[in-house]
Amino acid sequence: MTAVSDHSFGRRLVILIPLAWLVAFVLLPLLVLLAAGFADASRLGGEPLLSLANSMAIAAFTTLIVLAAGYPIAYAIARLPRRWRTLFLALTMLPLGVSLLVRACAWMTVLQRGGPLDRLLMALQVVPAPSGPIGTDAALYIGIVYAYLPLTVLPLYAALSRLDPALIEAAADLGCRPWRTFWRVTLPLSAPGVLAGALLCFIPAAGAFVVPELLGGAQSGMAGPAIWGALFGRNDWGLAAALAAVLACLLIAPAVAFGVQAMRAAEDER
Amino acid sequence: MRKSSAFRVGALGLGMGFLYLPILVLVLGSFNASSDAVAWGGWSTRWYAQLRGDALLREAAMVSVRLALAAASAATLVGTLAALALARLGPFRGKAVFGVALYAPLVMPEIVIGLSLLVLFAAFITERGFWTAAIAHTAMTTGLVAIVVQARLVALGQSLDEAAMDLGASPLGAFAAITLPLLLPAIAAGWLAAFALSFGDLVIASFTTGASAITLPMRVFAEARLGVRPQLDALCTVMMAVGGIAVMAAVLLFGSGAATFKKKRIDAKGRRRLMERISATGAAKASPGPRAAESQDFLYDDDVLPRSE
Repeated sequence: MTAVSDHSFGRRLVILIPLAWLVAFVLLPLLVLLAAGFADASRLGGEPLLSLANSMAIAAFTTLIVLAAGYPIAYAIARLPRRWRTLFLALTMLPLGVSLLVRACAWMTVLQRGGPLDRLLMALQVVPAPSGPIGTDAALYIGIVYAYLPLTVLPLYAALSRLDPALIEAAADLGCRPWRTFWRVTLPLSAPGVLAGALLCFIPAAGAFVVPELLGGAQSGMAGPAIWGALFGRNDWGLAAALAAVLACLLIAPAVAFGVQAMRAAEDER
Repeated sequence: MRKSSAFRVGALGLGMGFLYLPILVLVLGSFNASSDAVAWGGWSTRWYAQLRGDALLREAAMVSVRLALAAASAATLVGTLAALALARLGPFRGKAVFGVALYAPLVMPEIVIGLSLLVLFAAFITERGFWTAAIAHTAMTTGLVAIVVQARLVALGQSLDEAAMDLGASPLGAFAAITLPLLLPAIAAGWLAAFALSFGDLVIASFTTGASAITLPMRVFAEARLGVRPQLDALCTVMMAVGGIAVMAAVLLFGSGAATFKKKRIDAKGRRRLMERISATGAAKASPGPRAAESQDFLYDDDVLPRSE
């Protein structure tokens, strides 16, 4: 028996109000965008298509970095005593409350020519003179990793905290070396978290705008700045819509994969 | 064992350092007296004083705050209803579409969501401004509120509502008296998270607003394109404080809500209060009649002997 089990007026209202809202302001705009985009699909020449391919490649590459960086963090948090876990999980999530724009500006300050990072590298004698990495690929990758690392840690943590430490102890008791235990036990058991974390990084990274615009410089060649430039720079709505429509289509498969994954995780939870 | 714990401490230390050092540098930069962003010229709050004097920025900040208030409130209303529909109403036709539409703005890149709303508004609304941006931000944050509220609804379960209904409460009465008060911290957390998201958004606001409602992030972005200056650091620090405090409060509220709920399960006093609330909802529905202690009196006559007829 559910709280409102009959087909009452109230039940219909609870469903219909949000449904009407979502259809009007989420589904309808997306469908209009797809229609407008594919009407102008012939406008997609070499450079716009290249920006889409570029975005996918950069997103894939940074996703690997984010997973490699996020996994040890999630693992360390999952192995903490219970009350410390909540604290460090909150500390990891807190930057998400800070505007992505502000976080990109913070990296602009860190990475500026003669800025803190430059000085550190010069003091360590890694570079001879101030280099100012803003506008380079390195700055772009740092910015994207920084932007989406917290989002990736969350599902990784969820998967790793559910992992029974006794399994790892059992593997060790049976003579399994730590690395082999990781490859044969820990990693396979946390695979759903890895998949969810990878998608949570890949999808927004592929459509990133703020980070490539501010840190990647003019030559980042990603789709986000290309869409922005087509719309606000050249007032070319057709090209912007076509680019966004193709980007959306490229990301639908990963997004659906994420949705299926999230629903499966929610069912396991019950 | 030692080696692995050193690895874990290292991973945590490096991770937290990576996450918070840039923020620290930004805050330090905002207190730099020197107008040269690179050289340190001692402590100063002159950039904050300069921000206060900037009328354009003040106006943009007002727009952003009003926008975040409106969007967060609307998103909380729609998002809570959506969470109820998903968590409490069982299967219904179109549930899959419902879920997809709810979470699409969270998963899809902002630039796609922003452009899609721009195309829609351009087709149906002649002038874009505050209200189109508010609609866009509501669409952007509804799913976030729904996730937070739905998580708490699932954790609460339905047994308390069912108990109230067994005692005679109507479904709506049981919800209002039992579930809603327990849900409030999660609803407030969702509102705060939506506020932070809306307050900090650049992309979707840029697409959907007009010249009449320029938001703070749009001003920050315009400044940032010109390069780093201490004044920009100060502006970013203010924005960071607003977003950070909102999210910290959301985390604390959601956490404390979970804690009181868990405590209530074992704490006798809290359980008693809850049961009193439940029986009060039932008592309101009880029909008037003789008190229970006197309800069988009709079986006996004035001499307290059983009536014979």
